[in-house]
Amino acid sequence: MKPVLELNQLCVSLKGRKKTKDLVKGISFSVAPGECLGILGESGSGKSMTMKAAMGLLDKNFQVSGSAKFQGDELLGKNAEELRKLRGGKVGMVLQNPMTSFDPLYRIGNQISETYAAHNQWDNEEVRERSINMLLKMQIRNPEEVLEKYPHQLSGGMLQRIMIGLATSMTPELLIADEPTTAIDAITQFEILNEFLRIKEEHKVAMIFISHDLNAISRVADRIVVLNQGVVVDQGEFCHIMHQAKDPYTRLLIEKRRDVMRKYRKALEGEVSHCAPAR
Amino acid sequence: MRRYIIRRILLAIPLLLAISFVCFMFINLIPSNPAEVALRVQQMPVITDAAIAEMEEMLGLNKPFLVRYFDWVIGCLQGDFGISYVNPARTVAGEILRSLPATLELAGASFVIVLVLSIPIGFLCAVYKDGWFDRIMRGTVFVSTAMPPYWVGLLLMWGIGVKLGWLPTNGSGSWRHLILPAFTVALSYISTYIRLIRNNMLENMKQDYVLYANVRGLPQKAIWVKHVLKNSMHTCIVAMGMSIPQLISGTIVVENVFSWPGLGTLCISSIFNRDYPVIQTYVLLIGVLFVVFNLLFDILQTVSDPRLRKED
Repeated sequence: MKPVLELNQLCVSLKGRKKTKDLVKGISFSVAPGECLGILGESGSGKSMTMKAAMGLLDKNFQVSGSAKFQGDELLGKNAEELRKLRGGKVGMVLQNPMTSFDPLYRIGNQISETYAAHNQWDNEEVRERSINMLLKMQIRNPEEVLEKYPHQLSGGMLQRIMIGLATSMTPELLIADEPTTAIDAITQFEILNEFLRIKEEHKVAMIFISHDLNAISRVADRIVVLNQGVVVDQGEFCHIMHQAKDPYTRLLIEKRRDVMRKYRKALEGEVSHCAPAR
Repeated sequence: MRRYIIRRILLAIPLLLAISFVCFMFINLIPSNPAEVALRVQQMPVITDAAIAEMEEMLGLNKPFLVRYFDWVIGCLQGDFGISYVNPARTVAGEILRSLPATLELAGASFVIVLVLSIPIGFLCAVYKDGWFDRIMRGTVFVSTAMPPYWVGLLLMWGIGVKLGWLPTNGSGSWRHLILPAFTVALSYISTYIRLIRNNMLENMKQDYVLYANVRGLPQKAIWVKHVLKNSMHTCIVAMGMSIPQLISGTIVVENVFSWPGLGTLCISSIFNRDYPVIQTYVLLIGVLFVVFNLLFDILQTVSDPRLRKED
């Protein structure tokens, strides 16, 4: 099957006054339609930068080389207008800080409608109707009221859902979720991950899920790529990564996860045995 | 919101009283007797104790300090700022009102020049950061900030007025007379706001909402104008609002350079003539303008920012 996104030896470097620093050093991977690829790595490993470089979201100080193909079409070297039409349309993206990702001076309804207007020729009534339907689909109550709210009047979880709803409402071929669960609490995290699972089931969209959280990634990803200091150090299916990881950094991540799970189970069992006599 | 505005207005009252008290103190801090100064200014040939006592009686200087202060405050509230020492037939309010329109005309023209030049230049400098336009403007801003207005005024008079003969060098009466003094007053403000808008825009361009606007595929022009510029101007509103009283008070030197018949010229001539009631009223007026504009633009910022706006 033809991959939706295919990166081949993608490199990103930052041009300084005296020397150039390599940040992403020849990353290659691909994602097929209906597949969810997890990109795992600690902060600064180049996860987000790789995707920003592919989508033309880095400023002029960064140099990008190699190849990034979307549905067989080379992205690097495309002009700004071509990339703009792709973003928010065929490629949806969800960012990690919902509270700061919306412009504080505009109502949510305005920000949703300007996104729709940038990619479609819908009239005001249709934009409003689609906005309300999108909010309802994302299980947001009182959608008419929410459209009139400013970002600071909504919770992080609600804003994250709106972001996911906006990204998916354009029926994208590729959905990139850049640490979508990092800035939200555990319960909302759970709900947001369910949302991604639903999108994966319903839309059969190719998805790239970027995270440093192995638990979150393990729930949605079919295949995992592990990045460390701008290099792919391991890749494969979740079971393969869990049991046969070659890279010491990946093994450390898995060990930490097992530790957390062990402590969590112990705490649960302790609580049960502690509570038992009282019953 | 209404409560916030009422609270801010109520808080402005003690501040205005403090300003009026400091202004009133000026006249009492003069080493010489104000009555004697008034007689000298009116060119009385022989100043006798009786004449001084009579003048003190006329000016109300024989009353206790606080009584005089409250009399003056009550007078001010009724629009009576006293009489001029130089010409007792004229009231201070009359003198100020006679000169105020010319100053407002000059300050207004300067403010328009500041807005028309600094917003687009600041915007273009941020959009084309480190390009040739940005570099040239940064150099120009650096040089113009270092030039004192009275020197710029003289330079413009010599270059544009005398050498090229394009515009009149001094006086008032037509829009052509207004251009050189208005541009001289505006120049340092233009430099300040170009830098302020450029830096604010560059700071805003790094924000998450700009990245997300790009992610949503919004047109670049919409991102710059609707999101980045609006957010940047929002933080500049208060600074720009405060520049209005600064422009009115800052014309003092430029008005004298260009012989512009405004408040600045009146103030300087009053200082030379020791016409203390006029100076005192001028200082009070500028103080009140600062308080009022500060209040106005604070409220405007609160109204325009949904995060600061509080629903009643």
